[in-house]
Amino acid sequence: MPDRYAGRTMMMQGNQACAEGAMAAGCRFFAGYPITPSSEIAEWLALRFPEVGGKFIQMEDEIGAMGAVIGASLTGVKAMTATSGPGFSLKQENIGYAAMAEVPCVVVDVQRGGPSTGMPTLPSQMDVQQARWGAHGDHGVIALTASSAQETFEQTIRAFNLAETYMMPVLLLLDEIVGHTTERIVIPDWDTVERIDRKQPEVPPDEYLPYRCPEGLIPVLANFGTGYRYNITGLCHNETGFPTNNKQENESLVIRLTEKIVAHRNEIIRLKRMMLDDADIVIFAYGTVARSARQAVMECREQGIKAGLLEATVLWPFPTEEVYALAGSVNAFVVPELNLGQMAREVELAVRCAAPVHRLNRVDGDPITPLQILDAVKEVV
Amino acid sequence: MAEGQPASKELAIIRVNVEWCKGCEICVAFCPKDVLEMEGGKVTVARLEECTKCMLCELRCPDFAITVE
Amino acid sequence: MFDYLTYVREGNFPHIWCSGCGHGIVLKSFIRAIDKLGIHRDEAVMVSGIGCSSRTAGYVDINTLHTTHGRAIAFATGVKFANPKLHVIVVTGDGDATAIGGNHYIHAARRNIDLTVLIYNNYIYGMTGGQVSPTTPRGARASTSPFGNIEPPFNISGLASAAGASFVARGDVYHAQKLEKLITQAIQKKGFSVVEVLSPCPTAYGRRNRMASPVTLMEWLRDNCIPVKKYEKMSEEERSGKIRTGVLIDIEKPEFTEEYRKLVDSMQVRG
Repeated sequence: MPDRYAGRTMMMQGNQACAEGAMAAGCRFFAGYPITPSSEIAEWLALRFPEVGGKFIQMEDEIGAMGAVIGASLTGVKAMTATSGPGFSLKQENIGYAAMAEVPCVVVDVQRGGPSTGMPTLPSQMDVQQARWGAHGDHGVIALTASSAQETFEQTIRAFNLAETYMMPVLLLLDEIVGHTTERIVIPDWDTVERIDRKQPEVPPDEYLPYRCPEGLIPVLANFGTGYRYNITGLCHNETGFPTNNKQENESLVIRLTEKIVAHRNEIIRLKRMMLDDADIVIFAYGTVARSARQAVMECREQGIKAGLLEATVLWPFPTEEVYALAGSVNAFVVPELNLGQMAREVELAVRCAAPVHRLNRVDGDPITPLQILDAVKEVV
Repeated sequence: MAEGQPASKELAIIRVNVEWCKGCEICVAFCPKDVLEMEGGKVTVARLEECTKCMLCELRCPDFAITVE
Repeated sequence: MFDYLTYVREGNFPHIWCSGCGHGIVLKSFIRAIDKLGIHRDEAVMVSGIGCSSRTAGYVDINTLHTTHGRAIAFATGVKFANPKLHVIVVTGDGDATAIGGNHYIHAARRNIDLTVLIYNNYIYGMTGGQVSPTTPRGARASTSPFGNIEPPFNISGLASAAGASFVARGDVYHAQKLEKLITQAIQKKGFSVVEVLSPCPTAYGRRNRMASPVTLMEWLRDNCIPVKKYEKMSEEERSGKIRTGVLIDIEKPEFTEEYRKLVDSMQVRG
């Protein structure tokens, strides 16, 4: 039976688009805890999941929700949770577990102003560094973002596909604007959506080692209940899945958790380029700020300023090489963000002093307007 | 088998895995027939003929180290 | 002789528990219970948290998930809800379940999800070296209550009962046969079931509280654990210092995954 929205053009909030994207990606498990401005994702799935046999549970807190998502994923189901700032902090413990145990799942953070309870109903991009470094210990991170309801739908699907490919939690960083803005979205037939499912072992149970990584860096975890009995732990483990105190095994695991992202960065990173070929000024933007930046580029061009936009739809791994490649041929970078320069830091690191990096920051709870960006570019020129 | 002895009096086979035994003495203390003793920090079978195969030592051994057949 | 070895991961033995620790006795009782019930090992999942008790998962040859501190019940909720055909057993301790994991514990009981939770109560944080726990008796010494504990302890079983669990039992490692029966009943129960197991710690608790010998601790269990029926007949005075063991709660009530299944079925009928 085709889904009720498949093939239709709808008006939807970004949060609902996220929920629809998850369903289209094959997600059939959601555990969450209410928090503004992400709650509509949970509400929409509570309504929609029973229709398609999906499982929805509201847990007692965000920590429990993240735990339930990991447990569900280990049975082979695609699983997701969604939250916002304070809840994202609480989830970090088990996000780290999912990274260590290599359990695919998707965590959506609809960013609001912080720190602490901060500005619950207002947008921010203040969690982008927490996404990278929020869970303790070294490990690779994949974090996506989106600037519209349509893109949220698509990025949610991509988040699941990356999680299943690289066997890890994948983060989707939205913000209050995209989460709560109702706009046009075209929902494709689910059959036409590219879906990736995690691999299952090709060897019999007596030859199976969960963390052997037959293709180099990514393990193949058998779904619980399929006859492959093994152990999963958040302790440093060897390829058997049991804890180890062997120094070499510890080291190779920790390195592999980072290396599996580094080695596949080209497949993961995606950028949108707008009028960069002849640009003197590069605006580096992401999320809803990129929408203002697109408008600002058009206005710059109208005023004879050669500005272009490098829009990141993947924040982590950071597109260091791609940013550096532009640095030699442009006069300056402008990085507008709804925080005090969290990704501007990364741009500065990437540029390696080859060009000046100007920051445009806003943390009062209002969006950055095209005019603000235009003014910032003019100041640089 | 001694004459007239019922089959249940057949001697038990008590096996101790000394590699796993941590010498807690629980089996020794609660054996109703004092079959077991400690020797060099591990349990040892001292009076096998007294064993009634009640299995309490096997049941309470935390180390999976003692079995009775 | 019971053949435990077919159920354990022999290569991981000898286990890490100290000499005289009762946790091995609980594991053996659990193994006999699943053997008796004929549960297929591929369909059993053990989920554990952090601490001495939680290391159980590494030793038993079923699907095992050793999670984060206090969160085992949350992970187990995900496993069970996603695949209700699996038998999901949580292994946890007094600190893991009722301090850091207390919220998950009471809510899983309220939700009445079909999990079996074995709580090894040793009155102490053993793995971290003997700190005071939510069940450390008043006056008892721990590394963080060096002058004696000034806080009252939790009643683990009472907590689950009050929160809505459908089966609650208390057993101990001295009465190992009875423990096996309680675990068997708990696994059979459709709903949230708890077995609190008194499994005292000679190393971190006993040594600080004049019960360093495992034998002394076992004698203490023998003398103080009183079956429910006998306990009920005792006077207030006789009950002092005694611990009620056996089945404490056994009631029928709607189970979470079953209720959700009904919801889905009704939606699909409506179309």
